Amino acid sequence: MKYLYAAYIATWAIHVGYLGTLLRRYVRLRDEIQEFKTRIEDK
Amino acid sequence: MKRVFPILAVLTAGLLSYALYEALVAAPTEQTMGDVQRIFYYHVPSAWTAFILFFVNFFASIAYLIWRNTKADMVALVTAEVGVIFCTVVLVTGPIWARPVWGIWWTWDLRLTLTLVLWLIYVSYLVLRRFSSSGQTPLLAAVLAVFGALDVPLVYFSIWFFRTQHPQPVVGGGGSIDPRMLHVLLINWLAFSCFAALVCWSRYRLEALRREVDETLALEALLDPSQAKTSRSRSAG
Repeated sequence: MKYLYAAYIATWAIHVGYLGTLLRRYVRLRDEIQEFKTRIEDK
Repeated sequence: MKRVFPILAVLTAGLLSYALYEALVAAPTEQTMGDVQRIFYYHVPSAWTAFILFFVNFFASIAYLIWRNTKADMVALVTAEVGVIFCTVVLVTGPIWARPVWGIWWTWDLRLTLTLVLWLIYVSYLVLRRFSSSGQTPLLAAVLAVFGALDVPLVYFSIWFFRTQHPQPVVGGGGSIDPRMLHVLLINWLAFSCFAALVCWSRYRLEALRREVDETLALEALLDPSQAKTSRSRSAG
């Protein structure tokens, strides 16, 4: 059973890890957009 | 669109949960391998999903080579990235299944080796896209993707034409499978396909937004170079 659980946990760890990188990229992009907006408003 | 996505996400989560229940509880236990055979319900659908994504990548790359369409280029990038994730699942769950059944984690068998080569081709595709700043990057990546896609049928048919350690295909290859197991397999494939489609959709939107921001910043740099220099040094820090 340990191999079965290891395979299922590994599968979800890979998918969740990838979704985490997507979220991180989205947050970074949102910050960039916010920074750009602030710069435009300051002008 | 903003309302459709959460609904589809909830439906997909429900389908994945149902598929997990079917795989772990409802599916009959295989007589020779026992419970470890249930890895099959994640391993095989992940492989099929990866193959489909690489095929979409192939057609999108061909479309980009013919029409130089930016959307086709984005589809190619997204499907390659998500395809690599599913191929990684295949390469991880395979050895975990092989260890108790074959007694080894890995063997340089034709199918296993070709799958590893397939993964390496698409990882190199992503590395090229990530680190090359040339204007020709999408073109070079599209050419690489066309050659990379040739490995997909080689992986799939390798067990038909060559004697390998890997089992024969259970669907469409002359093999047999219990109808209840086939049902669970197809449910899991459907669930993972829906999941892959949603992830691709999110990644596509992110890529479109990324390109829009880059274009806006490039325009700003053209209009006000001093400001762009400041913002560049800020983002580098």
